[in-house]
Amino acid sequence: MLEQLDAVFLARVQFAFTVSFHFIFPAFSIGLASYLMVLEGLWLKTGRGVYANLYRYWMKIFAVGFGMGVVSGVVLSYQFGTNWSVFSTKAGAIVGPLMGYEVITAFFLEAGFLGVMLFGISKVGKRLHFFATCMVALGTFISAFWILSVNSWMQTPAGFEINEQGQFVVGGSWWDVIFNPSFPYRLAHTVIAAYLTTAFAVGGVGAWHLLKDRSNPGARKMFSMAMWMAVVVTPIQIVAGDLHGLNTLEHQPVKVLAMEGDFDPSPDGAPLILFGLPDQETAQVHYKVAIPKLGSLVLKHDPNAPLPGLTDYPREDWPPVAVVFWSFRVMVAIGLAMLALGLWSLIARRRKRLFESRALHRTAVLMGPAGFVAVIAGWITTEVGRQPFTVYGLLRTAESASPLDAPAVATSLIAFILVYSAVFGAGIYYLLRLMGQPPHRGETEPSHVPVRAAGITPAASMEAAWAKGGAADGKH
Amino acid sequence: MGSIDLALVWAAIICFAVFAYVVLDGFDLGVGILFPYLSKGEERDQAINSVAPVWDGNETWLVMGGGGLLAVFPLAYAIILPATYPLMIAMLLGLVFRGAAFEFRWRDPAHQPLWDITITVGSLVAAIAQGMTIGAILQGIDVENNAYAGGWIDWLSPFSCLTGIGVAVGYALLGATWLIIKTQGSCQAHARRLAFRLGIATVVVLAAVSAATPFLSYDYWTRWFTMPQVLLTAQVPLLVAICTGIFFWSLRKGREVLPFLMALAMFFLGFVGLCISIFPYMVPRSITLWEAAAPHNSQLFLLVGALFIIPLILGYTAWAYWVFRGKVGTEGYH
Ligand code: HDD
Ligand code: HEM
Ligand code: HEM
Repeated sequence: MLEQLDAVFLARVQFAFTVSFHFIFPAFSIGLASYLMVLEGLWLKTGRGVYANLYRYWMKIFAVGFGMGVVSGVVLSYQFGTNWSVFSTKAGAIVGPLMGYEVITAFFLEAGFLGVMLFGISKVGKRLHFFATCMVALGTFISAFWILSVNSWMQTPAGFEINEQGQFVVGGSWWDVIFNPSFPYRLAHTVIAAYLTTAFAVGGVGAWHLLKDRSNPGARKMFSMAMWMAVVVTPIQIVAGDLHGLNTLEHQPVKVLAMEGDFDPSPDGAPLILFGLPDQETAQVHYKVAIPKLGSLVLKHDPNAPLPGLTDYPREDWPPVAVVFWSFRVMVAIGLAMLALGLWSLIARRRKRLFESRALHRTAVLMGPAGFVAVIAGWITTEVGRQPFTVYGLLRTAESASPLDAPAVATSLIAFILVYSAVFGAGIYYLLRLMGQPPHRGETEPSHVPVRAAGITPAASMEAAWAKGGAADGKH
Repeated sequence: MGSIDLALVWAAIICFAVFAYVVLDGFDLGVGILFPYLSKGEERDQAINSVAPVWDGNETWLVMGGGGLLAVFPLAYAIILPATYPLMIAMLLGLVFRGAAFEFRWRDPAHQPLWDITITVGSLVAAIAQGMTIGAILQGIDVENNAYAGGWIDWLSPFSCLTGIGVAVGYALLGATWLIIKTQGSCQAHARRLAFRLGIATVVVLAAVSAATPFLSYDYWTRWFTMPQVLLTAQVPLLVAICTGIFFWSLRKGREVLPFLMALAMFFLGFVGLCISIFPYMVPRSITLWEAAAPHNSQLFLLVGALFIIPLILGYTAWAYWVFRGKVGTEGYH
């Protein structure tokens, strides 16, 4: 059976598998790092113990998630060479320096301050510790900046030339390369996605503990903070997504047509297909439920604007339509559900039932993992929609792979699947177990790290402050 | 900037990153390799605590080496990685196991023995794979039309096995001497005994690799043993001998930091030897570093940032080490 699968296909599956696994963790790390920064900042400002306790509670979870983000990321940075060596030779001069900047400006920053953030509470002063937390959060953002620039360049290449050896080299300026046309949209949409993912995860955990004990101050605080995020940020994300779509229509029309399932051209206004079964062979959508003219209204902001169809483009340039069509719908549906939950929480808050409504809490628990699903669905839309190219319109995926034999790639793919399932399966189990414990007063540090000489370090004063804040909090 | 040879500057920076990686991740992989020799409980906890705050930063140098290669020598990156494919995959998976287990062992006392084994196996696999990769590069890679043209286990040879073992032993030595600095009591005494034996083993493999390398190709032979150069190259083994002497002496004397520094020096000299053998190639005997280089523009773009940012990185990394200076304890240790 394996002989029939070619090495390129296997390499694609491998990349998709490893990068999807990887992104689950950054989506959480980016959001959680900022959340921790906010919690510690609030604690420094107000001195209230509830913030300090929440900080410690989420820091333990952050440590596990971040560790998995790092190890799965290291794999990716080598995969360009192992599996996509032709891509690396051709596009290395452009994507390489951008990823190089990611390493020197982001990865070192995160890693350098992570140790102090996790283990150094008792070794450096409060302000310095807060600074370390801020640097880790900043690092995650800078990391997103560069890697999304790379990815966006592959989607909407700009500022390049092709030299005699067929390599992409910088033609205009690096500015054009970095700020390629889809980059601002992708950066905004993805970073907001990470915040939303985290907000819903935090909200889900808070709701879970509220269901068990409505008076737990930590659970109340995190649930309330998360629901504010949901109310404020979801609408922004929907607007950002809409703008992103318009940008994609301009630069990658085929992708948008696949997302919409528009095989046939619509000279006088395209419908919006809600559901259906796209069939790539016959170029039709079976059993479709569609609203006339709405497609053009969304994409062109004019119900009668003409739109092309996939059949206007050569078939060998089509992405796998059904995958793109469905993953896009999953993402949008989750976005709308997030909006609904946010509004519900707002109403409950006004009626002073935010911490009482069990139905709201149950729904929030159910929506806890929604962000992760949406984020992966979004990436699948983006990446599968870019097919059959790695550098859009210029370098085909089939021509990007390494000269490897299928058995080698198949073996490594199986190894990745086994190892990732075991290691990250265990990791996710530990994460859930940590989340299953209610936040309480006097949370411990992430690992049972030694305190070198208790009593003479700043830890003592910090512990005292924590204890005091915790006591004040008991009044809730 | 025209007069400066950027490819050469970049080769130096990448060498620096690789060496930084070997030294830093070397000691924490070494600690992982030595895990089974430490007793459960206090000794192991001390050992883990000595690397927990820094391993992530250490591993980042590996990303820097790989990422830097892609950015400024894409051709070398695109040839070496497919040529050593199974080694790379094994190394990455080893690092996945090791990194994840660091966190997990604290989360779950019931499964701690399992995660401790994982740390050892992961560290050992990563170390051997890295060593074998060096051997594979030294012995030469089949290149046609600027692409890898060999099969997927060409890297496997007695020589690469030797370098694989060599690096694992050397990392273990770094790990043991690191533990001498960071721990006390029985763990330190234990590390001292291990360091002594590993010191001998390291000298043996270093000698074996050095003896075997000139026989890999005539080119290496002439480079090391013909007349004017030999005056220079002969200094390398001489310095190794001196460092080895100081190493054993300082271990005897109960010094804490000097053995680690001497182990580093031995690594450094081995690394210099490697550079002498390979220069000016990126892929020995087929692609020179100028042929592998990315266009000037790309090299310059990243260089500007690197020159400003790498010193900053070194600064805050040093600060982080400073914060965690001194002996580690186990929980509740005063
Ligand atoms: C939008 C954000 C984003 C995206 C699209 C990616 N990553 Fe990532 N990556 C991060 C955001 C991030 C992060 C937030 O910075 C991480 C996650 C957890 C962490 O430790 O840092 C990280 C870690 C991380 C590491 C480990 C860094 C270290 O040693 O500390 C590497 C080598 C990569 N990534 C490489 C990649 C590659 C090659 C990708 C694409 C194919 C990729 N990442 C996609
Ligand atoms: C982290 C979020 C990302 C996710 C979840 C993701 C997802 C995917 C998926 C599902 C595929 C397979 C598409 C297919 O073959 O049908 C893929 C392919 C690929 N992606 Fe991404 N991607 C992400 C980020 C990136 C980034 C940031 C880059 C560039 C730096 C990138 C480069 C590639 C490459 C080179 C391939 C392989 C060639 C291909 O099949 O297109 N991806 N990715
Ligand atoms: C309901 C409103 C939403 C709309 C209209 C929307 C629109 C889009 C579009 C058009 C793309 C593909 C862009 C391209 O490939 O060129 C995309 C990608 C993506 N979406 Fe959404 N989205 C919505 C909600 C969400 C939500 C709620 C999340 C996560 C919490 C999310 C996460 C992502 C991610 C991670 C990507 C891939 C990265 C990128 O290309 O930006 N989206 N979205």
